[in-house]
Amino acid sequence: MLQLKPERLGHNDFREQNVAVCGKSFIADVSGALYWPSEKALIVTDLHLEKGSSFAAKGQLLPPYDTRETLIQLAKVIDRFGAKTVIALGDSFHDRDAAERMPEPERERLRIMQEACEWIWVTGNHDPEIADRMGGYVVGDIKVEGITLRHEPRGAWTTHEIAGHLHPAAKIVREGYALRRPCFIGNGLRLVMPAFGAYAGGLNVLDEAFEPLFGREGFAVWMLGQEGLYPIATRMLKAD
Amino acid sequence: MERPMANGKPATAPARQKRTERARKSASRKARAPERLSADADAIDLLPPAFAKWFAERGWVPRDHQMALLEKARSRTSTLLIAPTGAGKTLAGFLPSLVELSGRDRCAIKGAGLHTLYVSPLKALSVDVARNLEAPIREMGLKITCETRTGDTSVARRARQRSKPPDILLTTPEQIALLLAHPDAPYLFGDVRTVILDELHAISGSKRGDLLSLDLARLRSLAPELMTIGLSATVARPSELRAYLVAQDQPDDMTLLSDKVVAAPGADPEIAILEVDEPVPWSGHSALYAMTAIYQAIKRHALTLVFVNTRMQAELIFQELWRVNEDGLRIALHHGSLDMAQRRKVENAMAAGTLDAVVATSTLDLGIDWGDVDLVINVGAPKGSSRLLQRIGRANHRLDEPSRAILVPGNRFEVLECRAALDAAHAGVQDVALSRRGGLDVLAQHILGMACQAPFAADVLYAEVRRASPYASLTRATFERVVEFVATGGYALKAYERFAKLRPESDGRLRVANGRIAQAYRMNAGTIVESPMIKVRLIGRKRAAMSSRDGGGALMGGRVLGEVEEYFVEQLTPGQAFVFAGEVLRFEGLKETEAYVSRAAASDPIVPSYAGGKFPLSTHLAERVRIMLQDRHAWAHLPLPVSEWLSLQDQRSAIPSPEEVLVETFPRSGSFHMVVYPFEGRLAHQTLGMLLTRRLERAGALPMGFVANDYGLSIWARGDIPAMIKAGRLPLEVLFEEDMLGDDLEAWLAESSLMKRTFRHCAVIAGLIERRHPGKEKTGRQVTMSTDLVYDVLMTHDPGHILIEAARADAASGLLDIGRLGDFLRRIRGAILHMDLDRVSPLSVPILLEIGREPVGHMGREDLLREAAEDLIAEAAGTIAAGSGGEIGVDDDDTAGAQAAGEK
Repeated sequence: MLQLKPERLGHNDFREQNVAVCGKSFIADVSGALYWPSEKALIVTDLHLEKGSSFAAKGQLLPPYDTRETLIQLAKVIDRFGAKTVIALGDSFHDRDAAERMPEPERERLRIMQEACEWIWVTGNHDPEIADRMGGYVVGDIKVEGITLRHEPRGAWTTHEIAGHLHPAAKIVREGYALRRPCFIGNGLRLVMPAFGAYAGGLNVLDEAFEPLFGREGFAVWMLGQEGLYPIATRMLKAD
Repeated sequence: MERPMANGKPATAPARQKRTERARKSASRKARAPERLSADADAIDLLPPAFAKWFAERGWVPRDHQMALLEKARSRTSTLLIAPTGAGKTLAGFLPSLVELSGRDRCAIKGAGLHTLYVSPLKALSVDVARNLEAPIREMGLKITCETRTGDTSVARRARQRSKPPDILLTTPEQIALLLAHPDAPYLFGDVRTVILDELHAISGSKRGDLLSLDLARLRSLAPELMTIGLSATVARPSELRAYLVAQDQPDDMTLLSDKVVAAPGADPEIAILEVDEPVPWSGHSALYAMTAIYQAIKRHALTLVFVNTRMQAELIFQELWRVNEDGLRIALHHGSLDMAQRRKVENAMAAGTLDAVVATSTLDLGIDWGDVDLVINVGAPKGSSRLLQRIGRANHRLDEPSRAILVPGNRFEVLECRAALDAAHAGVQDVALSRRGGLDVLAQHILGMACQAPFAADVLYAEVRRASPYASLTRATFERVVEFVATGGYALKAYERFAKLRPESDGRLRVANGRIAQAYRMNAGTIVESPMIKVRLIGRKRAAMSSRDGGGALMGGRVLGEVEEYFVEQLTPGQAFVFAGEVLRFEGLKETEAYVSRAAASDPIVPSYAGGKFPLSTHLAERVRIMLQDRHAWAHLPLPVSEWLSLQDQRSAIPSPEEVLVETFPRSGSFHMVVYPFEGRLAHQTLGMLLTRRLERAGALPMGFVANDYGLSIWARGDIPAMIKAGRLPLEVLFEEDMLGDDLEAWLAESSLMKRTFRHCAVIAGLIERRHPGKEKTGRQVTMSTDLVYDVLMTHDPGHILIEAARADAASGLLDIGRLGDFLRRIRGAILHMDLDRVSPLSVPILLEIGREPVGHMGREDLLREAAEDLIAEAAGTIAAGSGGEIGVDDDDTAGAQAAGEK
């Protein structure tokens, strides 16, 4: 009988988590990005750039700094891992006109990042087309070392897949506090990543949209905190 | 006044006996004229014959204050009437309008003819007053129309009221705001002569009060003849209400006040603290020890109101009273989250005299006449003497008879507080409500509303807004920033010029950009932002059992019992029991926005954790408690266990003088406690706890958490705080220095969830975020984008934004009680009494027993996540031997096994 009552873990133990998808190793990061060490590739999804101005166009004048915030965070995590390739898994732009509305300083920020890295835009339902002047290489799905990277996850029992689209978030209640945070959700065979955008928001993993992908149990979630990424038992999850 | 008999059930013997007693009582009341006689010759002059006759026929003569108000009205002077409950305040307020309307020349009407607006904080109050007003109008044969307009009024009727309004319209602040934003507002309000503001003390000083003050300013512009009449219970600082009633159009520093009429006070209230043989408990607020005594008191009176401070307390006490209800007394429950229909039923039963007692929260605080209450019982501490007087006023709505009230303290500290409140009530002393500046979020909403009405010139609107007393000191620069916020969001990054909601006309006036904006305004108007509520549905046991088998699929149908706060439901797991709507219910599950429950079988309900009263202890009462504490002669008047408790404290530790603050330190079960007794109310103590733990963390004292109640707070730490103090490494004078309200507060605010909640309120009121409307939400799956995300981004990139400023002001004055904490820190400079003890002190016990502990400082929430993860890791580590590993895919190279599991 193995008795392993862990000592209180230190701060840095939760900064990154190793996650496997069909035998390939990835590092899930506290920012919500996923790093693929053997490819030196950083994967992010659902940036939803210019979501703020999209709301503003419809009369809700949300603060316009979401694109700036998202790109600053992206630049930080690229630097931290020293990534050579960036793959954005779709819904990078909140709507078709987002590229038009993006302020010049933010376009410049993007250009600088693209000079340092190879940049791949996977298209999503919000951005089925991406203008040439946004730089990068625009693709539908992309398969790397047997793993398919795509925006919208396929139906039941799909394996070898990393996707976004659903904005997974998990909720737990402890000591009377309800905590709801974006999360990674995976089962060792497929993985759905949290949205990276500052205004993206989340959908509870207990929502029926996740059931065809992962069933009712037999999946794992890692919740994003301020300082770490925390694996959480499925029995602790709460619906909204 | 004949009381209708109870329907249905035959009355039990004691109930019947009570009813005879009641009949006797009401007969004696009838014989006595309810209005005092006063022979005043002028009365004849001011009162038209029809009115004089009406009074005379009832054997009444108008009261002095009623006549005084008529005289003020004749010279068109805005006036504040201060009168105790039961003094005929409402009739006094309407009398000038009724007199004027009875002689009105219809040809003089230029606009729609609306003459008098009556505004009250409660819908129910408007309906009640309309009912009471109909009697004199009918009996005098006056041709005056009088209607209510609330959120419940039908669309057709509302449309008709806009084109053809009644003479008198009874309504709420929100409805007036909506009417003023309509293009035909000048026509509708052009003839208004009088605005009556009922229960003004309950509206002013809040965001609703801010909104109403701005609406009054606009009404004065539309109807320059307008006169206001404010009706208020006794207040400590009438000047603020008087300033509220008149236009502040004098140059800078001059504040104008309305006239004032004060009615003669009623008979002194008879108040007692409940004496029982049982010892008063150490902590808690529910006063279960006194239940039999409360029941006996109910039995001795015709109709008793039992007031408590929170809904949970109401539920618990209701439950307990029925447990001892051997005589089958008719005891009902009334609180804000019960279903409306059920509340109406209770109110009607009260009015009809078919109830013996009602357990209620502050929903019954305000002046609605719901029957002949002859006893008020206040359970738990009253938290403020004004609140107590208001509640006592509910007993015996007759001015000349004393109100009767019993105070029931819930714990030992509350005994002191009840005693202080009682002394204050006898002295007729009122709490001082702190004045506040008008909210900028409310101003933003108002500006958009005014733009929806018609294009406005900034100069003119600015001048108008400043005539409202809460905005009298508003600077032009701040006003411009708010206008800019409404137009384009007011961001430092000028990104939204092309989406501007307000656009300039050729003459510089600002108009709304399109019609959708006016529609959005109407959907979002008002200042009440509820925390999300969840409907509670009662389903049968059978269906409940079915749903637990099929995983919740059978959760449907059922009767709606009421609503509870979302956070409460979040804490429940299926199978747990809780008390709601006077029943013990078993939580079955949550589906979409509804909670499903069935009747529980368990005899012992689980009442969820409950952290103190909703209202913090008032400054004035706190001071009385401090004085009483060190007055050893006064201890003799306290119940024996309480005076013994204080004597013990005197021996083992110390009793602080009123100027001092006592700080105790002692070791206890492996950690060190520091207990502070400021007596400044729970909100201020919570803020102090947050700030002290930050400082202790920096000093290396390793604080682990704190707990606060209305009287004090206790911090526990792994570091040896007493030794640090002794060694001079932690000077208390430095620890409690006022500068903690600077950087420490800023740093804490920036990351606190409290600030985020406050920001959400401001964002909704200011119109940045649209309200969630019932029925419109959650269709299918929905990505939730919370205002927290917006707050985080704004805080990072534009921390000087006007909404952050508004939220900060709210947090400082309301939830954090910064002002009071600042006063406290100044007061105790050089007056800290430190007692280094070897064990727990008697005075600290109630605080240590308090529920609702806060995890320490800024790391709090991250810690919870970490602990949850550690749980999982511990579990995973433990289950490796049991052979059911692989549930989590952490670093899982065994793909074959995982695949097999996935394909089953």
